[in-house]
Amino acid sequence: MLAPPVADDREDAVRTRAYEHSLNSSTLPAGSPALEIRDIELRFGGVVALQDVSFTVTQGHIHSVIGPNGAGKSSLLNCVSGLYHPQQGSVTLHTGAEGVAHELTSFPPHKIARLGVARSFQNIELFSGLTVLENLMLGRHTHMRHSIAASLLWFGPARAQEIAHRGLVEEVIDLLSLQAFRHKPVGSLAYGIQKRVELGRALAVQPSLLLLDEPMAGMNSEEKEDMARYVLDVHELAGVTVILIEHDMAVVMDISDRVSVLDFGRLIADGTPDEVKANPAVVEAYLGAEDH
Amino acid sequence: MATATGIHHRSYKAELRLRHTKAEWARLALIFLGLFLAPYILNTYWLGIGNSILIAVIGAVGLNILVGFTGQISLGQGGFLAVGAYTSAILSTRAGLPVPVAVIVAVLATAVIGALFGLPALRLKGLYLAIATLASQEIIMFVVKRWGWLTEDKGYIEVPRLNLFGWQIERETFELQWYWILLPVTVLSVFAARNLFRTALGRSFMAVRDQDIAAEAIGVNLTRAKVTAFAVSSGFVGLSGALSAYYTETVTWERFSLDVSVLYLAMIIVGGLGSIAGSVYGAVFMMLLPALLTEAGDKVRDTAPFISEQLPAIKNAVFGLAIIAFLLVEPRGLDRIWSRIKDYIRFWPFRY
Repeated sequence: MLAPPVADDREDAVRTRAYEHSLNSSTLPAGSPALEIRDIELRFGGVVALQDVSFTVTQGHIHSVIGPNGAGKSSLLNCVSGLYHPQQGSVTLHTGAEGVAHELTSFPPHKIARLGVARSFQNIELFSGLTVLENLMLGRHTHMRHSIAASLLWFGPARAQEIAHRGLVEEVIDLLSLQAFRHKPVGSLAYGIQKRVELGRALAVQPSLLLLDEPMAGMNSEEKEDMARYVLDVHELAGVTVILIEHDMAVVMDISDRVSVLDFGRLIADGTPDEVKANPAVVEAYLGAEDH
Repeated sequence: MATATGIHHRSYKAELRLRHTKAEWARLALIFLGLFLAPYILNTYWLGIGNSILIAVIGAVGLNILVGFTGQISLGQGGFLAVGAYTSAILSTRAGLPVPVAVIVAVLATAVIGALFGLPALRLKGLYLAIATLASQEIIMFVVKRWGWLTEDKGYIEVPRLNLFGWQIERETFELQWYWILLPVTVLSVFAARNLFRTALGRSFMAVRDQDIAAEAIGVNLTRAKVTAFAVSSGFVGLSGALSAYYTETVTWERFSLDVSVLYLAMIIVGGLGSIAGSVYGAVFMMLLPALLTEAGDKVRDTAPFISEQLPAIKNAVFGLAIIAFLLVEPRGLDRIWSRIKDYIRFWPFRY
């Protein structure tokens, strides 16, 4: 985020806000595949939620997944973050170490989180009894130690650890302009701010891959603009790879590097925003087929 | 740093302190002054009640860690108190271990058994878990009642009067000496529990309570968090049970029945779920209430004999009414009432 330009030639008058901590834990070079989804099939009893879905998310991209209601977008995200386990196919995560690929389909969610896959939820799922700060500190969970003795004792490693991780969390607070709400219980905050706290909690994980499930749902256009700005800031500053589910086409076409389109659990298009916009299958899914 | 415009912190370390203003420190100092003077003001009877409260506080804090902070409802409190009491009593009377060692082993043993009985929590939630923990209560009761080896077939364990490294508890100063043992142990336990919830481990417990799916998605291992919560909670409860064994000098199963589990649940509901201070207030309230009613009954013995005759029934009725009143008026308990009073005073003469 740039400070407003000031007519002043002092050295520090105009300066990009410097952050000490990287919010991106992936060391993959931009442009290489970060997440490969291959032929996944997810069924609930007789209902097929996803079938033969394959696409690749490139490191450094904002990759949007769109589709009508019930197309299987959230199910797809849940397969990546381990809440659902697809019956067939593979989800492979690359986080940067040479030649190391993680097959996620059999992992429980907390192990996937440990690999740096962080997410927000469509319906806000914050820890409502805790403050904004505590919610964000929980984002640091996988990076912290949890010794019972040290925790009961407080003085020593437990306190040192709290202070050490607070630095990064404060940078997230600054990045998302949450300063005023730091010690407020999240349950008492407005909807738009809760959405921002959820983004913040995912960022505090220092993600290698960030999954955002409708971060702008239920917002007015001004709030949407703010949220889109935050997502872009995060992407630009940290270079973190984002998978975004969103219904607002204007936002999706504006900020995405690549778009995948789902309809009835199948992938019907995958390409740049312009390619997808021109794809007849997509037009049909969104506007209905012309009568023959 | 407190100024007219609010409290301004200069470092994260300063912000992480539990008390920030001089007024808060002064209040704490006043409480400690009261605690230090109490044994010289109270007579033996009330000091005895004070000692029972100190033991109950540790148990209530333990239960609140599980129910109030981790959201895992438990009806097994009595059973876990029994594990602590029987373990320490057997270790010090028959194995001849020194009392502090026996207490530490009892705490660890209760933690392990608590973790074991916490395993159903990995699959069950809410009322179903309550029934599962009720089963653990009944299983432990069954074992301590029926396993003759525990009490050498006497049905109870007699614990000799406490002797700590040659410091013998005397009959005349029994309550006073016990007060000076229990006070530091209880204060340290409360402080330790308070510490837990400003660290990553304690936060992960609260995350499990508030939103377990999101907790998993940010990397909290639910299995580990729940089992750890059961273990830590039971550790505190085991300490309370062990202390009660030495203090009452007899261990019998009657003192650990389901009634006790319910009493402790009432303590943390009245005090405030999810609040360490609330556990303390609730334990004090629930232990003091019957004593005060007895006192009041004695006062009116001559003028209204009916009341003193029916005292046991009246005690039960008041007990029930108190719980209903709290659930209706302030479900978040005494802790919330106290913080509202503090706010009122802070903002006075304004309303908010």
